[in-house]
Amino acid sequence: MFRELQVMEGESADIRGERGLPCCSLDRRSFLKCAVATGAALGLAELAHPAAGIPAGAGQQKQDDSRFTVEAKFYQKLENRKIKCKLCPRECKVGDKERGYCGVRENRGGTYYTLVHSRVCAAHVDPVEKKPLFHYLPGSLAFSLATAGCNVNCKFCQNWDISQVRPEQIPADYAPPQRVAELAKQYSCPTIAYTYSEPVIFAEFLMDVADAGHEAGIRSVAVSNGYMQDEALKAAYGKMDAVKIDLKAFTESYYRDVVTGQLKPVLDSIVTLRKMGKWTEIVYLVVSTLNDSESEFRGLAQWVKTNLGADVPLHFTQFHPEYLLKNLPITPVPTLERAKAIADAEGLHYVYIGNVPGHPAQNTYCPQCRRLLVERVGFTASQMLIQKGSCPYCRHPIPGIWHT
Amino acid sequence: MNTMHSGSRREFLRTALTGAAILRTGGGTRLLSAAEPSAAPAKSRVVVARDAQLRGTGSTVDSRRMLSLLDGAMQALFDRDHPIEAWRKLVRPGELVGLKVNTLGGRGISSNLELVEAICERLQEAGINAGNIVVWDRDSDEMEHAGFHVTMGGNRVQCFGTDRVDYEQELVMHGSVGSRLSKILTQRSDVLINVPVLKDHDGAGVTLALKNMYGVIHNPNKYHPDGCNPYIADLNMLAEIRTRMRLTICDATTAMYEGGPAFKPEHSWKENALIVSQDPVALDYTGWQMIERKRAAMGLKTLEAEERAPHYIATAADAEHRLGTNDPKRISTVEI
Repeated sequence: MFRELQVMEGESADIRGERGLPCCSLDRRSFLKCAVATGAALGLAELAHPAAGIPAGAGQQKQDDSRFTVEAKFYQKLENRKIKCKLCPRECKVGDKERGYCGVRENRGGTYYTLVHSRVCAAHVDPVEKKPLFHYLPGSLAFSLATAGCNVNCKFCQNWDISQVRPEQIPADYAPPQRVAELAKQYSCPTIAYTYSEPVIFAEFLMDVADAGHEAGIRSVAVSNGYMQDEALKAAYGKMDAVKIDLKAFTESYYRDVVTGQLKPVLDSIVTLRKMGKWTEIVYLVVSTLNDSESEFRGLAQWVKTNLGADVPLHFTQFHPEYLLKNLPITPVPTLERAKAIADAEGLHYVYIGNVPGHPAQNTYCPQCRRLLVERVGFTASQMLIQKGSCPYCRHPIPGIWHT
Repeated sequence: MNTMHSGSRREFLRTALTGAAILRTGGGTRLLSAAEPSAAPAKSRVVVARDAQLRGTGSTVDSRRMLSLLDGAMQALFDRDHPIEAWRKLVRPGELVGLKVNTLGGRGISSNLELVEAICERLQEAGINAGNIVVWDRDSDEMEHAGFHVTMGGNRVQCFGTDRVDYEQELVMHGSVGSRLSKILTQRSDVLINVPVLKDHDGAGVTLALKNMYGVIHNPNKYHPDGCNPYIADLNMLAEIRTRMRLTICDATTAMYEGGPAFKPEHSWKENALIVSQDPVALDYTGWQMIERKRAAMGLKTLEAEERAPHYIATAADAEHRLGTNDPKRISTVEI
């Protein structure tokens, strides 16, 4: 059964707003709406059944490893009981009794296992705007969950305390797929979101939860770094109704030095998602001095327009110092506005500024008549005027998933 | 649940329980600190002590012969006539001493129990209270699977994994990866005695002294890319490790030349040896050569030919790290 769930005030690993900007800093109406969502999460905790009984901060206590351990889907067996992981482009070659870079997959005698199936370390009922997904069911709630682990190691990670640990090092609950779907329904969430840490590394769990959710009429969205092999991406994110990709920079050097990953496979993943017809939004966390040059902004915008189309939303979000990048300042708002101006000038239709509450660039405007269509305050959609996927004023189609 | 076999366990407990009775003061012996060079300043001394009769006619290590083998190695390393004198150059009464063992390989290829018992015995005779000695690794279950008896509390040798006390919240970092350190290292060990095993490693090439520190951090998986290079060297640069590390006693009673780090009986051999040094880089270089010789004898390619040579050893010796020497001309190997 579901033990008391950890309430996360965070979102994807590099999105500051959800962790650092609590709902109460917003306006009254927004605060009240967020308070309702938070209340749901707290209620969830109260209703939950104790299971593993793992007190936080009291040292580690043993969890029943066996019920979280399922053979991995994406790997290749090698000689000498080694394996090659085929989940992400890292392609870890893992010896017997060792784990991959993500820390949540282990080779046991030549068979590779995920250790985090149904092993939920964080769950919360969030506004879907927190992901952020702006063109996906505005004003709705997402039952959001995570397991431990990540396949990269971003120096700015907001949630490193769950993404950069091994599953046995943090409290977790047994939450099998059907139970997650039940809880989402119970809390009136039309969507389950795989988020906070990195859903790539719990792909098997994600796939099973998505199936259970769809059977119950609940959609699924992934908040991901997109650092994934093609076959795994198609299999896992093929079950998603929308995906938000954190495109962390537009240079390989940044991916190598700050993310510990690669840019090219992420770009490939985004293109693949679009070809698959998945609703996709992109977030670019702007870190002063590291990925905030005009050439990067322009190159990114041009790439998006050429490879994905002008209608794919692009969010420039504000960095806050955290984890291993505490020496850099909060991204100045003018920097974000410069990025938006460049992307607008390149012809993208939906360019947003994130993590800056109250900024008008959080809203959605019709690219044709320029009228306000979705007003957002903080993580709340306070006004939603799109009708049947179109601008109510000029009937220009607005891409996205607008209605349940 | 697996525990130490009865004879060894009894001896281990005896040693632990009688620790207070045989407690002695250390006297005025000069102590070596971690920052000081080894006995021969110009060269790093590595002692390889062997005993072909270590197991007698059986398959298990004879505890008396192990103690004798350890004594010989320590005396040779510190140029002392008596083993306790050697230990007193290393530890001081009142200090907390951590023995970082390696238990990933289960009963087949983990730090030898008789060796750990022998070290604990000599530490106590050198003036360390039994309760101030902790035998530790990452995980208590793994330790038990390797035959160690988990013990916490009381005036006896402590034995448990980091899972029982957790990691520090604060991140430490040298190089590109940040980590949380075991509280056993930071709070229970003034002195660190490293007790790794001589093994092949599929990623790093070999796993000996330096790589055994992967068991000190919460996220060793982040240190495995690129043959663990430069990550092994970077990790050993952490002040919390460097300032505590005084000695490595590498267990080469049973060793592996291929297929590590998990136990593969088909690739193991009985070397019946200990490799002891205060220079972990020199020790790793020496152990690597022993593995290469065994590989050659078994008709296997070199680790270099297999594209998994332990380049981390050279990195650990480079100008940025200076953790020791990998220059054979600067290593004094003493075989006994």
